[in-house]
Amino acid sequence: MIVNTPTKKSLRLILLACLFTGFFLICPFFLSMTIAQEWSGYVGVEGRLFFADPLHPDQRDQNGSLVAQPEFFHQWDEYSVTAVPFFRFDSADAERSHFDIRELFVLWVPESFELGFGFRKIFWGVTESQHLLDIINQTDLVELPDGEEKLGQPMINLSVLRDWGMVDLFLLPYFRERTFPGPKGRLRGALVVDTDQARFESGAENHHFDIAARYSLTLDNWDLALSHFQGTGREPTLLPGTDTAGNTVLIPFYEQIDQSGLALQSVIDAWLLKLELIHRRGQGEAFEAWTSGIEYTYSALVGSKADLGIIAEWLHDTRGEKATTPFEDDMMIGLRLALNDMDSTEFLVGLIQDLDHSARVLSLEANRRFGDRWLMSIEGSVFSAQSQGELLYAQRDDDFMHVSLSYYF
Amino acid sequence: MKAYIWIAALILSFPFTPLAATPEEKGLEIAKEANFRDDGFEDFTAILEMTLRNKQGEESVRVIRNQTLEVPGDGDKSLIIFENPTVVKGTAFLSFTHKVENDDQWLFLPALKRVKRISSSNKSGSFMGSEFAYEDITSQEVEKYTYLWLRDEDDEGKPAFVVELVPVDPNSGYTRQVVWYDQQEYIPVKVDYYDRKNDLIKTLRFHGYRQYARKHWRADRMVMVNHQTGKETLLNWKEYQFKTGLSDNDFNENSLKRAR
Repeated sequence: MIVNTPTKKSLRLILLACLFTGFFLICPFFLSMTIAQEWSGYVGVEGRLFFADPLHPDQRDQNGSLVAQPEFFHQWDEYSVTAVPFFRFDSADAERSHFDIRELFVLWVPESFELGFGFRKIFWGVTESQHLLDIINQTDLVELPDGEEKLGQPMINLSVLRDWGMVDLFLLPYFRERTFPGPKGRLRGALVVDTDQARFESGAENHHFDIAARYSLTLDNWDLALSHFQGTGREPTLLPGTDTAGNTVLIPFYEQIDQSGLALQSVIDAWLLKLELIHRRGQGEAFEAWTSGIEYTYSALVGSKADLGIIAEWLHDTRGEKATTPFEDDMMIGLRLALNDMDSTEFLVGLIQDLDHSARVLSLEANRRFGDRWLMSIEGSVFSAQSQGELLYAQRDDDFMHVSLSYYF
Repeated sequence: MKAYIWIAALILSFPFTPLAATPEEKGLEIAKEANFRDDGFEDFTAILEMTLRNKQGEESVRVIRNQTLEVPGDGDKSLIIFENPTVVKGTAFLSFTHKVENDDQWLFLPALKRVKRISSSNKSGSFMGSEFAYEDITSQEVEKYTYLWLRDEDDEGKPAFVVELVPVDPNSGYTRQVVWYDQQEYIPVKVDYYDRKNDLIKTLRFHGYRQYARKHWRADRMVMVNHQTGKETLLNWKEYQFKTGLSDNDFNENSLKRAR
């Protein structure tokens, strides 16, 4: 990665992105109406502005990027096929420019079950600040530092829904490695993660067959889900190493893990009570981590049409200071104000405060539509009081604002 | 003898009325009859075009596809898929209405492939930014209100029962509603909504009623006017299809995730 010629790769990517987006945008004009309705998706442009100079000489100041995610869907009888490729071209960080198959699968839905085959995106979880249970898909960390974006995951999955609950079974034949910002990218650790040197505990490396199962049940206003995953852990342990040029880097090491999970949720009037709990073995010492929280919604605020949602969550990891995530003992408070106006304007504010130290992350977001097809989004994060022991210490000067404009078709 | 005949004739000429029906009982009877006349629709699908219009005449259109399933002994299940604005296309909403308890509701967010359970007690919240609250659009069950027949009067030249509905749920945004039911078909033609201060806040009118499957009346157009803000929402219902063969399998978490 460090020795690659970024320009060649970037040029190839721009060309591919332009070809694909141009193709998808022009298609509806040439195909008949019914087929055009099967195409959808978005293209967008975004800029990231950082308020302070980067900490490392390699890092670039600002960056701009183009993104495209067209979608194709076709259904016949009990079958359907979905294809969602994803492209991003980043002006500063070659590692951030990437192509991914977010989804490419065939789904068979006869009366009594569902069978999926291909790349899919599966979401597990009930909390907002972090998604401990959401293990099936690998995190596309280079997209957003909060880990909300995921890479497509190849799988064969069976879903059976009955009166006694729902059972999902997964066979995951190929492992996707996590994406990390490159040396020129910001919002990364002090040491660059050299993804070319990734190591695996399993001799089968990426080709280890992972399995997962989940049982879920909704009873009145209670939701319960029990899950288990066995296979290559999606979260790597970062070990010190050197690259070919002699620089100190971090090398991702993917270990075999067993992770059991529990999700519990209850709706009581305007309150939602939530819990996500995991137990993981195989990555260092066995540990538990949980997120517990509440959500309250006020509707029709002071006679207007606005809704205000309030979220409070407690994040805990029994590994304490040795945790591989920054949230070993933290509290998150969030507000979401949806104006419910003609342009669907909404504002979100979130604060994650470390309960043992003064470190905190403040995030703000505002979204608004322009007409039917345009969406503008402004997001910002401020990392403050991150002291030397904190995992986010290297990002302490990476306070940023991110503006994006997307066109949906 | 002649006097008795006259008195008997007079008594018999009065239309038959149940013995001493109170206005509450009469109101409940009308509501039950209206509900009974729509029983047995099994399921229906329709496309809804919702136009939001503000005081300046500016408009914004939302298009949704609606699937509704009749559940014997309980409220309807419905699946709503957002088609327009394009930005939110693919978002879907699943609702299980219940006669007395809070409805069960879920929202599907296509970007994250996430099904999120939402609280339904905030039924006074606005649906998609329109003048319709969630409680206005979920299926109206008889048990959700107490009734009081107020009077009979003509509405647009046709005789109607005027009934006052008081919501049972304290979370409702309304103190009361006044509904005009067409006397012939027992279908609502006009509704006045009174807010928590008992001020008239909104009026809903139904237009273009048509009968489907030889029994079920549905309005082509509904207009909700907010008297306090001057804003309006127009609902245009299209492509009604009844008894399309939907079942519980089409109204669950998996079908919500597959919704398009």
